Amino acid sequence: MLMTIANLVALITNSVLFGTVIMLGCCGEILTEKSGNLNLGVPGVMYLGGIASLAGCYAYESGCAAKGTTPAGYLCVIIALVCGFAAAALGGLLYSFITVTLRANQNVTGLALTIFGAGTANFFGGLIMQKSGGVGTINLSATAQAFRAQIPFLPKNWGVVSEVLFSYGAMVYAAVILAVAMSLFLSKTRAGLNLRAVGESPATADAAGIRVGRCKYLSTCVGAGICGLGGVFYIMYYIKGMWANDGYIEALGWLAVALVIFTGWRPVNAIWGSYLFGVCYWVYTCMPEAVSRFLASTLGLTQITYTQNLYKMLPYIATILVLIIGSIRQKKENQAPQSLGLSYFREER
Amino acid sequence: MSLHTVAKEPFIRIAKREGCTVRRSILVYFLGLLGGLLVSAVIIMLITGLNPLEVYASMLRGTLDFEAIAQGKWNKLWYALRDTALLLCIGVGLAPAFKMRFWNIGAEGQMLMGGLVSAACMINLSDLPNPLLLLIMAAASIAAGALWGFLPAVFKAKFGTNETLFTLMMNYIAIQAVELAVDIFDKKQSHSVGVINLLTEKGWMPDLLGQDYLWNLIIAAALAVCMYVYLKYTKHGYEISVVGDSVNTARYAGINVKKVIVRTMLISGAICGLAGFVEVSAISHTISKSTAGGRGFTAIIVAWLAKFNTFVMALISLLLVFLDKGAVAISSDFGLNDYISQMITGVILFFILGCEFFTGYRVIFRRKAGSAGKAPAEGENA
Amino acid sequence: MDNPVAVRMTGVTKAFGSVVANRDVCLEIRRGEVLSLLGENGSGKTTLMNMLSGIYFPDAGEITVNGTPVTIRSPKDAFALGIGMIHQHFKLVDVFTAAENVMLGVRGKDRSVRETAERIKEICAKYGFEVDPRQKVYDMSVSQKQTLEIVKVLYRGADVLILDEPTAVLTPQETQKLFAVIRNMKADGKAVVIITHKLNEVMEISDRVAILRRGEHIATVSTCDTSPAQLTEMMVGQKVSLNIHRAEPANVRPALRVEGLSVVREDGVRVLTDVSFTANAGEILGIAGISGCGQKELLESVAGLQKTEKGSIIYYPEGDETGTELVGKQPGEIRRLGISLSFVPEDRLGMGLVGSMGMTGNMMLKNYGDSRSFFLENRKPRELAQRIKDELEVSAEGLSTPVRRLSGGNVQKVLVGREIASSPSVLMTAYAVRGLDINTSYTIYNLLNKQKERGAAVIYVGEDLDVLLELSDRILVLCGGRVNGIVDARSATKEEVGALMTNLEENGEEEKE
Repeated sequence: MLMTIANLVALITNSVLFGTVIMLGCCGEILTEKSGNLNLGVPGVMYLGGIASLAGCYAYESGCAAKGTTPAGYLCVIIALVCGFAAAALGGLLYSFITVTLRANQNVTGLALTIFGAGTANFFGGLIMQKSGGVGTINLSATAQAFRAQIPFLPKNWGVVSEVLFSYGAMVYAAVILAVAMSLFLSKTRAGLNLRAVGESPATADAAGIRVGRCKYLSTCVGAGICGLGGVFYIMYYIKGMWANDGYIEALGWLAVALVIFTGWRPVNAIWGSYLFGVCYWVYTCMPEAVSRFLASTLGLTQITYTQNLYKMLPYIATILVLIIGSIRQKKENQAPQSLGLSYFREER
Repeated sequence: MSLHTVAKEPFIRIAKREGCTVRRSILVYFLGLLGGLLVSAVIIMLITGLNPLEVYASMLRGTLDFEAIAQGKWNKLWYALRDTALLLCIGVGLAPAFKMRFWNIGAEGQMLMGGLVSAACMINLSDLPNPLLLLIMAAASIAAGALWGFLPAVFKAKFGTNETLFTLMMNYIAIQAVELAVDIFDKKQSHSVGVINLLTEKGWMPDLLGQDYLWNLIIAAALAVCMYVYLKYTKHGYEISVVGDSVNTARYAGINVKKVIVRTMLISGAICGLAGFVEVSAISHTISKSTAGGRGFTAIIVAWLAKFNTFVMALISLLLVFLDKGAVAISSDFGLNDYISQMITGVILFFILGCEFFTGYRVIFRRKAGSAGKAPAEGENA
Repeated sequence: MDNPVAVRMTGVTKAFGSVVANRDVCLEIRRGEVLSLLGENGSGKTTLMNMLSGIYFPDAGEITVNGTPVTIRSPKDAFALGIGMIHQHFKLVDVFTAAENVMLGVRGKDRSVRETAERIKEICAKYGFEVDPRQKVYDMSVSQKQTLEIVKVLYRGADVLILDEPTAVLTPQETQKLFAVIRNMKADGKAVVIITHKLNEVMEISDRVAILRRGEHIATVSTCDTSPAQLTEMMVGQKVSLNIHRAEPANVRPALRVEGLSVVREDGVRVLTDVSFTANAGEILGIAGISGCGQKELLESVAGLQKTEKGSIIYYPEGDETGTELVGKQPGEIRRLGISLSFVPEDRLGMGLVGSMGMTGNMMLKNYGDSRSFFLENRKPRELAQRIKDELEVSAEGLSTPVRRLSGGNVQKVLVGREIASSPSVLMTAYAVRGLDINTSYTIYNLLNKQKERGAAVIYVGEDLDVLLELSDRILVLCGGRVNGIVDARSATKEEVGALMTNLEENGEEEKE
């Protein structure tokens, strides 16, 4: 495999798609963490978002098929987004209730949410698969097509530039806009200021008349909803409207959590950070064959392609490196919200 | 006092509870568990439309199948005990780390690495006599797990690197390593090593008193007792408690915090690695990326809920395994897929976690208009 | 002539678990008047005011504002009623600017940061403050933060202001500035409540005094009709002597010599510059200074907990002229050298004790490693814990009750008891009586004096100048991380020390011994 332009373009487009999933997860988690809630349930809520959108669109598409009509693309998209957002936000609500109202440990609750979300999603995924006739039979082509529809007025004839910049569905661009908008929201608006105050010092925010509980609930639910959209994007766009219980969403969810630290709690940084993670993941497609052959023979692999498992460690190793480097050079401005992970009780003495 | 102002008092208020009797906390957790069971039954009912009692009966059969027991078949109970022992092993491994407030989310990876090197020994050293082979496997798995615990610990100690995500990422590296290794071991290009040494049973944990899994129980029990003593009665355990309470106090006391972090994580990783050995050598006799099967995460909750008391951990492990087995039984009895067990575990965990609130706080409902302002601290309610 | 009543509390009761913080308290706050809320620590002053500011909700009782019964469920309600409180632990977000902190949670008033800043300037001009709206809070001094808190409350249009121990962290000069502002506010018709336990301030600033004791309202009197002695009696319940017994130093010899010590904190901030002094055995060396000017780092450097940039800290055992260098040694190493150095840190539960352990567990904190065994030795620590519990009258359920559950005074007794039990040759204490009631404070003073008479070099970092002047033999004054003078505590005056705390003199190293 030689490093050709086509290869490079494929690497970039793949990385962008991969990156969009974790960008959404990361932005949602930043919003959550800015309110002082460390939600380790991101993989869980991404699962919930993914399965809910799948269920909604499956019901719609099979309903259309039964009636013999063609599913409307825009309806597919709306159903997927609404279902995904709502289910994930419900997951966030559950998490908020347990950690904010009942003040349970955030880390453990987040892990429980991940277990629950993965279980629920895979269970219902299995049910739907069973209903549709077995493994690999779910294929929401109409929805996937609608998600992947390119934006009409962007130039398509600029060759490589078009392929790299303009070949995506609207949601890829929407994610970038969301990241920018969230940055502006956090730094420029009064609501953003109040939210940050809650995460920094809930007692201060409370004494200033901000409703800490409500703020935490709201940001956690909306944040979880945005993470859920990452799940929707993964199901509907990345794997084209199918379901696979291979635990892949979970891995992406954790990468999204790691990315939050990488960005220094700034959503704009999530844009390039997530694409970078994407490149780490997909770079194996551009590995020179000689390297792979050498590795395969050294390790005693029967097939050169089996070296993929080695390359797939890259994003995780990269994350670890990022964590280490980040911890070595700590700056005051890019730190986690001060009371991240702590529950707040007004009458605490 | 005018009625008007009383009506404006918040409907529900929360106040801190000072101390909580053991009886009360047992009651609270019991009620929480009951609530979790009820809700999961309702969920199953809604999905399947079955009578909840039937569902519970089916659940019980997952562990205690009285018909089979009447015929002298104790298989299911043994399976449950086997799985409890494994979960307990990992929980025991996590206890010192969590007591030190080191969020070791990497038990999954530590266990996988332990299992992986065990399997590698089984495959490559199958000419050795079995007891020696077993010893080598155990030692190798301990070393591999310890290494997987050591790396995040060193960076945490030196630079304060976030250990939660570090250990988590180590899980995925371990998964990829296992997948890679499987392809190396297996020359048939089937992406699976199958049952290792199926005919020779080399590297298999032998049965004891005719029971396949008695060794598992003994290992788990021994680890639990040793860990209990280690945490409670030794200087190392004392240092772990101090570091977990406050790093500043530890420094003040002249404790070498970095050393304690690294040492504790070596132990934690080692025990999780040993759990991988138990799984490979004494249970599955194979290795795949699902060898750990999410137990590393479940064990975190086991350790946390038990407040690092290894004996309580045994009880919670048993409970979770019972639920898991029950859910699998339900799914097979009623033709559902067995991810339902994960879902139910999640629901129950939510309830148990939520319960903790009622041991630390009390809820005060708005007083009735007439009795307002009489005495303080009325209206106690669970 | 009586001023109009702004707030009236009747029969207010609040309990935390089994502890009743306020019982059946009645209080009137009037406009155009300064009311002092006087009481010992733990007498329920702050709790009472927190019920006005919406932090706590009363278990029983009625609150009226301007004659209307009200229910204050949250700080938001309190603001709506024009009640604002300046908490002792400032409620400010460190990473925000002054203006951002002020506009926090305010709805529908000024929109932009710029407009807020304008308004802040107006308020400052009116009452005589200085606040830079663009300054980040983490760059502010304590008194700047306090000013910001007051501006914040005024910005929201509060006409009832509650200040919780506002002078605890201020120098005498800063206190005077604050009092001037308070008088301005009073003249403006605002009702001001000051929570305090300092009698001289009560006499100076307030029009009326309300005294609380153990959660109960004892009396409210006009300041002009009372005397400090009478107030003390009401506050404490029985007559106490305010004199600390101070023995003349005997067998004085240098025990610890600090030479040219400079410290740069991990975040790059320089906290100590060229500090030199000698602590003598048989003497109490007081250390004065406004908060955060290097006291903490100084003690921690000696204890081996703080990395130093340069300088030396030499310890002289009895009969040894050469001494031992302590710089670069960890606390454990110092211990192993046989140097008995005791340190009562400011953060009792976060540094001196393990909150989740009982007294027994805490007794062995420093010497658990002395024996060779792998296992812990429990017997001696338990005996020591029992002895301290009996001798210092620590009220704890048992020796294994987590010390976190003990009250502040008992926690301090456990800590000081342990540190003294090792018969230290150097004893350092940081804010040893902060938050303690008068009786416990005196217990601590006596213990320190006994250590001095026993021949220990005692270093006492304190914030109350009256106590410093009465307890110490010499006082070292720190200012901005430099030694700004060492004065004789028997002859120096409060104003002198206060001046040294605020103005860095040219010849700062001049010693008056």
